[in-house]
Amino acid sequence: MNTTKAVLALENGLIFTGYAFGDTSVECSGELVFNTAMSGYQEVLTDPSYKGQVVTFTYPHIGNYGVNPHDVESAAIQAEGIVVHEYSKTYSNWRATGSLSDYLKDAGKIGIEGIDTRQLVRVLRSEGAMRCIITTSTESHDELLNRVRTLPSMNGLDLCPLVTTKEKHTYHYNEGHENLLGITANPTFKIAALDFGIKNNILRRLVNVGCDVTVYPATTSYTEILESEPDGIFLSNGPGDPAAVTYAIETTKHLIDSSIPMFGICLGHQILALAFGANTYKLKFGHRGANHPVKNLLTEKIEITSQNHGFAVDIDSLPEFLEPTHINLNDNTLSGFRHKEKPVFCVQYHPEAAPGPHDSDYLFNDFVKNIIAAKALQKEQLA
Amino acid sequence: MPKRTDINTILVIGSGPIVIGQACEFDYSGTQACKVLKSEGYRVVLINSNPATIMTDPVIADATYVEPLSLPYVEQVIAKEKPDAILPTMGGQTALNIAMDLHEAGVLEKYNVELIGSKVESIKMAEDRELFLEAIKRCGLEMPKGEFITDYETGLKAVEQIGFPAIIRPSFTLGGTGGGIAYNMEDYAEMLRAGLVASPINRVLVEESVLGWKEYELEVMRDTKDNVVIVCSIENFDPMGVHTGDSITVAPAQTLTDREYQNMRDAALKIIRAIGVETGGSNIQFAMNPKNGRMTVIEMNPRVSRSSALASKATGFPIAKMAAKLAIGYTLDEILNDITKKTPACFEPTIDYVVVKIPRWDFEKFREVEDSLTVQMKSVGEVMSFGRTFKEGIQKALRSLEQNRHGFGFDKPMYFDGTQPSAADLDHLRTRLRKRTSLSIFDVCDALRYGMSTQEIYDVTGYDPWFLEQLREIVQEAISFMNDVEGTQGELFLQNIDSERILRMKRMGFSDVQLAMMTGTTLLQIRNYRKQHNIIPVYKTVDTCAAEFESETPYHYSTYGNENESIRTDKKKVIILGSGPNRIGQGIEFDYCCVQAVYAARAAGWEAIMINCNPETVSTDYDTTNKLYFEPLTFEDVMNVIDLEQPDGVVVTFGGQTPLKLAQDLVASGVTLLGTSVDGIDLAEDRKRFGELLDSLKIPVPQWGTTMSEDEAVEIAGRIGYPVLVRPSYVLGGRAMEICYREESLRTYVRKALQNFPDRPILIDHFLENAFEFDVDCVADGTDVAIVGVMQHIEEAGIHSGDSSCVLPPYNINNEQYSTIMEYSRRMARALNVIGLMNIQFAMQYGKIYVIEVNPRASRTVPFVAKATGVPLVEIAQRVMMGEKLSDLNVKDFNISASRVAIKEPVFPFTKFPRVNIFLGPEMRSTGEVMGMDVSFGDAIIKAHISSGNSLPKEGSVFISLSPHDKTQRAIDIAHGYEELGFTVYATKGTAQFLNEHGVKATVVLKHYEGRPSIIDNIKNGEVQILINTPLGENARYDEFVMGQTAMRYKIPFFTTLAAASASLEGIKALRSGKISVTSLQEYYAMGY
Repeated sequence: MNTTKAVLALENGLIFTGYAFGDTSVECSGELVFNTAMSGYQEVLTDPSYKGQVVTFTYPHIGNYGVNPHDVESAAIQAEGIVVHEYSKTYSNWRATGSLSDYLKDAGKIGIEGIDTRQLVRVLRSEGAMRCIITTSTESHDELLNRVRTLPSMNGLDLCPLVTTKEKHTYHYNEGHENLLGITANPTFKIAALDFGIKNNILRRLVNVGCDVTVYPATTSYTEILESEPDGIFLSNGPGDPAAVTYAIETTKHLIDSSIPMFGICLGHQILALAFGANTYKLKFGHRGANHPVKNLLTEKIEITSQNHGFAVDIDSLPEFLEPTHINLNDNTLSGFRHKEKPVFCVQYHPEAAPGPHDSDYLFNDFVKNIIAAKALQKEQLA
Repeated sequence: MPKRTDINTILVIGSGPIVIGQACEFDYSGTQACKVLKSEGYRVVLINSNPATIMTDPVIADATYVEPLSLPYVEQVIAKEKPDAILPTMGGQTALNIAMDLHEAGVLEKYNVELIGSKVESIKMAEDRELFLEAIKRCGLEMPKGEFITDYETGLKAVEQIGFPAIIRPSFTLGGTGGGIAYNMEDYAEMLRAGLVASPINRVLVEESVLGWKEYELEVMRDTKDNVVIVCSIENFDPMGVHTGDSITVAPAQTLTDREYQNMRDAALKIIRAIGVETGGSNIQFAMNPKNGRMTVIEMNPRVSRSSALASKATGFPIAKMAAKLAIGYTLDEILNDITKKTPACFEPTIDYVVVKIPRWDFEKFREVEDSLTVQMKSVGEVMSFGRTFKEGIQKALRSLEQNRHGFGFDKPMYFDGTQPSAADLDHLRTRLRKRTSLSIFDVCDALRYGMSTQEIYDVTGYDPWFLEQLREIVQEAISFMNDVEGTQGELFLQNIDSERILRMKRMGFSDVQLAMMTGTTLLQIRNYRKQHNIIPVYKTVDTCAAEFESETPYHYSTYGNENESIRTDKKKVIILGSGPNRIGQGIEFDYCCVQAVYAARAAGWEAIMINCNPETVSTDYDTTNKLYFEPLTFEDVMNVIDLEQPDGVVVTFGGQTPLKLAQDLVASGVTLLGTSVDGIDLAEDRKRFGELLDSLKIPVPQWGTTMSEDEAVEIAGRIGYPVLVRPSYVLGGRAMEICYREESLRTYVRKALQNFPDRPILIDHFLENAFEFDVDCVADGTDVAIVGVMQHIEEAGIHSGDSSCVLPPYNINNEQYSTIMEYSRRMARALNVIGLMNIQFAMQYGKIYVIEVNPRASRTVPFVAKATGVPLVEIAQRVMMGEKLSDLNVKDFNISASRVAIKEPVFPFTKFPRVNIFLGPEMRSTGEVMGMDVSFGDAIIKAHISSGNSLPKEGSVFISLSPHDKTQRAIDIAHGYEELGFTVYATKGTAQFLNEHGVKATVVLKHYEGRPSIIDNIKNGEVQILINTPLGENARYDEFVMGQTAMRYKIPFFTTLAAASASLEGIKALRSGKISVTSLQEYYAMGY
C-alpha cells in the first residue's frame, strides 16, 4: 500500500488529500486540466502540449497496462504531474515493460492518487482550468495556497522553447522503433516541420504518407526554411498561449506568402490563424479527450477526434479569405479552416490520434494531395 | 437527413418468450423503439407473443398483437395493418429470423414492405458464417481457422486439420444452443451429431480453439451518412471458451493500450461497413492472444443485443432508442445526447467508473445439468453494478446477485474458522480452478487467501493477471483488517478502530454484512457506526461524458467519495424497489409491475424513484423513472438511498420476493411502506397465523403442518396423510418444493432442506391429487375488493403454477364453485387488510374449493391478466396504495362469461439442457411464457402452442402411454378424439390393452427397454407426431426419460398430463379448420369484456 500522503492544492482554495506515487520526493505545479480519454495515459503524459500542465485523468484506474517503449509521443514525460482516482499497483499487457509509477519516478515526476477526480472535474468544469501544486510537503494550507497563487498563469505564456528541438534534424521513423504501422513507402515529399512541441505520431503519420520530414526549432527563420525548398510546411502542436509565440507568428506570415502547401495542427492551427489576422482566446477548461465530435463542413461527415487544447481560434474573427472547414459539435467552436485560394489548411484537433480514434487520418493524405497538386501547378508554370 | 416521411406505419417485431439467451433486454430495446417511433408520429404496430412485456402494454404501440411470432401470423398482421416498414432489429434473433422468413416467403415483396434498421443482405452476411468469414477477409482481418460441415462424415475428417480442443458451433441457433468444446474424438463425434440436428439448416462450424484468449466486445452504431461511433468497449473477465452471456464482463476495457484499442476500433468500423449495417447498433466480438496481441474477429450481431442493453445502461447512451431514430432516417449529428441534452449523440461516451456484469445461474433447478460453463449459454439473468474501481464494482455485483453472498468472500463463517487448507484441499481447489463454473469467482477467492500466486491462478484459469491482482487486493485488505480485529471483537472493536480504516474498506466495496462478519458485530451495528462517523456513500451520476458537461438526468450509483451529486427534491416521492436479477420464478413479470407502478406514480404527480440492479430491464431505463439508483437490492444499499431521499413511502410488493424479503427490516428501521402492512404480508406467509386466520374465516385449506425436525415431519405427514407437498417457507418459484409419497422420501427431503435452508421451517401440506388449480388476482383498498382475473390451470394441482398453462376465464367450473372462489377471495383480502394487489391460488378437488396459497403482492400472472382483460391492475393498485379508493376508480369485477379465451403457456429451457428431466413438478423450471388469445379455446391453445414452440401436427400418429392413475374415461375420450381426427394410435402394451378394451384401436409399440424397434426408433423415423406420456408416481422412469429427450431433439410435441393432451386435441381441431385470425389488444378492448 502506498503510504506517502500528498496534497493537491488549487488556486481557488480547495485542497485534496491523497497518496503520492511516481517520484514522491519532488513536487510539481502547473495548470490543472483534465483528460477524458479512457486509454492512452502514456501518450498523454509524453505529449509536449501538456508542458506546464498537471493532468487529471477522469478514468478512475490508471496504470493498468503499464508502459512500453513505443507508445511515446516524445522522448520524455512532458506533463508536470498527474492526478488519478486510483493508481493501478499492477499492470498487465503483453507489450508492457514496466510500471507507470517507475516510469514517473525515472522521470522525476510525481503523481497523486486517491482523489475524487470526478469532483475535481466538476470544479474545473464550472470554475475553469486553474493553477495547482501537488506536494508531499507538510506546510500549512495557507502557505501552500499562497505558493499556488503566485504561479505564472497560462495566459500569455510561451512554453515552446521548453519543448522544441534544439537542432534541426531529419526524422527517421524506424530508428529504435518497432515498425508497428508497417511503413514501406519511400519518402517522396520534402516536408519542413516547425516544431513547437511536435508529437511523434504526427511525424510517423507524415512518414507513412510518403514524407521526408526535417524538424526545425520553433525559432527558425522563414528564410532558412524557404532556402531548404520544402514541398510542404507543417506547423506542429505545442503547449502554452499561441498569442505569446510571436516569433513563430511572424515566421508564419512570411511562409504563407510563399504559397507552399501548409498544414497545421493544434498550436499550428492557432498560429496560422493569428498569422492570418484572426484572434485566439482561452477556453474555460479546454478540450482534452478522445471522444470529441467534429463535423467536416465540406463532407458533412462526423469525425470522432482526439483533442488537447486550452485555447481556441475565434470563429468570428476569421478574415474573409479563410473558410471554416471543421466545427466542434459539443460547443460549436472552430475546429479547422482553410485558405480559400492558397493550399493552406489546419485543424485544432489531433488527426494523428495517439491517443484516440483514427477517423481524421485522411488529413495527412489531403496534405500530400495539396503538395502533389502544387507540384503539378509548378511544373505547368515552368513549362 | 431529417426523418423519413415516405413511411407511415412501422411494424416492430418483439422477441417472444423469455428463454435462455434472449431475455427482457429485448423488452427494453423494443419498448424504447416503440416509444421513439410513436413520438416521431409514426403509427406503430407491434407483434410479440409474450404478455409479460412492457412493450405489449396497450399504450406503447398503436396496435399491439399478442400473437405467435411465426410466419403465417406475422403475415396476417402485415396483411391487416399494411405497414410500410418493418423494424426487425429490436427483437433479438427471433425477430431477425422472422424477417428472413418473411423475405424468403416473398411476403415483404408481396405487401411491398421494407426492412429498416438492417437489410436482408446484411443480416445474411452477419449470420451466415461463410459469408461473414469472406467479409472479414476482405477487411484484411482474421478469424479463427474453421470449416463448415453439413454432414457427419466430413465433419469427422475436418477436425484432423483443426485439432483439439475444437469448437462446434451450429449455424443459426440462439445463445449457442447445441454448441460445445470437444477435447477428444468421442466427445467431438457426439457434439457434431447433436450440433447438426440443433441447427435449423443442419450445419455446424468446426473451429480452431482460441480458448484462454482475452475476449472483448465493441458496441457500434452507424447512420445513413456512414458516421460510426463506438458506444462502449467491454472486456470479459472470463477468457474465450465461456459464452459471453455466461461471462463476468467489465466495461470499459481495462488492459488494452490505446494503440490496441484503436486497432480494435478500426476493425469494428471496417466490419460494420463491410457487412453493410446501414443504421443502428451492432455488437462485434474479438479475441486477443494475451501473449502477442494477435486479434481475431469472433462474431457480429447486426441488431441490438444483450450486450447493447448492458452498454446502454453502463454508459447512459440508449442504443436502442438511437437505433430506432437512425432507422427512420435521422443521422447521429441530428440527435441530441439524451443525458446532457446539449451535446450531440454523435460522440463516444467516456465513463469515469467501472461497470461489472455477473450472470446469474439457476443450476439448482436442473439437477441433471452440470455446473460447467462453456460456449453454450446457461445463465438465466444478470446483475450489473457501478463502482469507482473494479474492486468496488465486483463486490457490489456479487451482493446484487441475491445468492446469499455479500461480496468477494469473507461473508460466511467458513472464512473465519482459521483452518489452514491441507495439501489435499489445495489439490482439490486446483482441480476446481481448472473448470469454469458458476462459482469459479469464489474459487479464486480461496486460491488467493490460501496464498496461491497470480501466475499459478492465471495459468489454470486464464483470468487476466490485472483482474486477479485487483481481487488479491480485496483479499489482502480483508486479511489485514481481520488481523486488526483479532483480540477485540464486537462493539469493543468498533470503539477502538480508526474510522478511516472502515472508510477504506467501504471504498473497496466491502458490504456492511462482510464488515459485521469480520468484526463480530451485526449489520445494524456497522450501519450505526458508519452513520455516526459519517461514512455514508455519495451518489455519482452516469452522464456519458465523465462530468465534462452538465447533465440533467438523475441516473446515479453509489460510491464512497467526497462529493454527492444526487440532490433530494422536496416533491412527494415514492421509492419502488425492483426485482433484481432475472431467475426462474422471478423475471420480467415483476419488472412489468414495477414499471407500471412507476408510470402510475408519475401520472399522479409523485416523484418515482427506482432502485434496481438488473441491466436488462425497462425499470433501469433512466427514461422510465424520475430518478434511478442503479444499486444492489440489499438492506444496506436500499437504506442508504432511503436515508438520502427520505421518501413518503417505499413499495415492496411489485418486485417479487426480492423487495419483500427486505420489508420487515425496512419497517423496523422506521421506513413507511405503501400498501399492505408488513403484518399483513407476514400473516399470509406465516403458515401458523394464516392457518388460524382461515379457520376463523371458515375457508378450507389442505391439512398442513410446519416443522424443523425430521421426525416431526414424519409425524405430521402421518397425521395429514400422504402424499404431501413439502417446501421451505419464504421461497419463490417452488424452489426446493417436492411431493413426497412415502416416509422414506420425506425423510430424505427434510434432511436436505434443513441443511440448505437452515433458518426456514419446512411446510408440509396434504397434497390434493387430481385437483384443478385456480389463480385469482385482485386489488383491494382496505374496504373494497376488485377481483380482476380468475384463471384455471390446465395441468392439475401439484405442478407449479408458473409451469402450468392457465386459461382465463376458467373453462371447467360451475357457478356455485365460481361464486365460492370470488367470496373466499374477498373475505381474505379484507381479513389481511390488503391495500394493493393480492394473488390467491385455489384447488378444487371433487368440487370442493381449498385455498392453497395467498400472496398479498404482485404475482407472476398480473401482466397476463392485464393483457387478457385490458384492466390496468398495477396502475389501479399503485393508485390505491397512494391513497385513492377503488370506488373512485371504476374497477369492475372479472366477468366469467367473456367473449374471448386467453391462455398463458410456459416455455422451458429443456433444449438448452438436453439431459434434463422434462416432467413437470412442484418446482418451477420455466423461463418464460406466451399468451394465445382468441374467441375459442381451441384457437387460443393453438396460438399458445405455436408461440411456445410446440407446433402441433394436423395429422399422423399419436403415441399414448398412461400411468395406472390415468387409465380413465378422460384418457379414452382423448384417444377417441385423435382417432376421429384420423390419427393412428400407438400405445404401450398395458395402455393399448386398456384402450382396445374401451373401443379405441391402438397398436402396441415397444418401450425403450423392451427391445427394438421401440418407440424411440419410431420417433427418430418420423413415424410418431405426438407423444402423450403421463409419468408414474414420484419419478419418471428411465425409458420415459429417454423418450422425453428424443422428443425434444426431434421437436415432437410431448404431453405429460391428460389435461394438456386434451387441450392440444382442441388445438388440432382448430388448426385443421385452417383459419388464422389475428386481433390486436386494442381491438379486443374496444369490444369490451
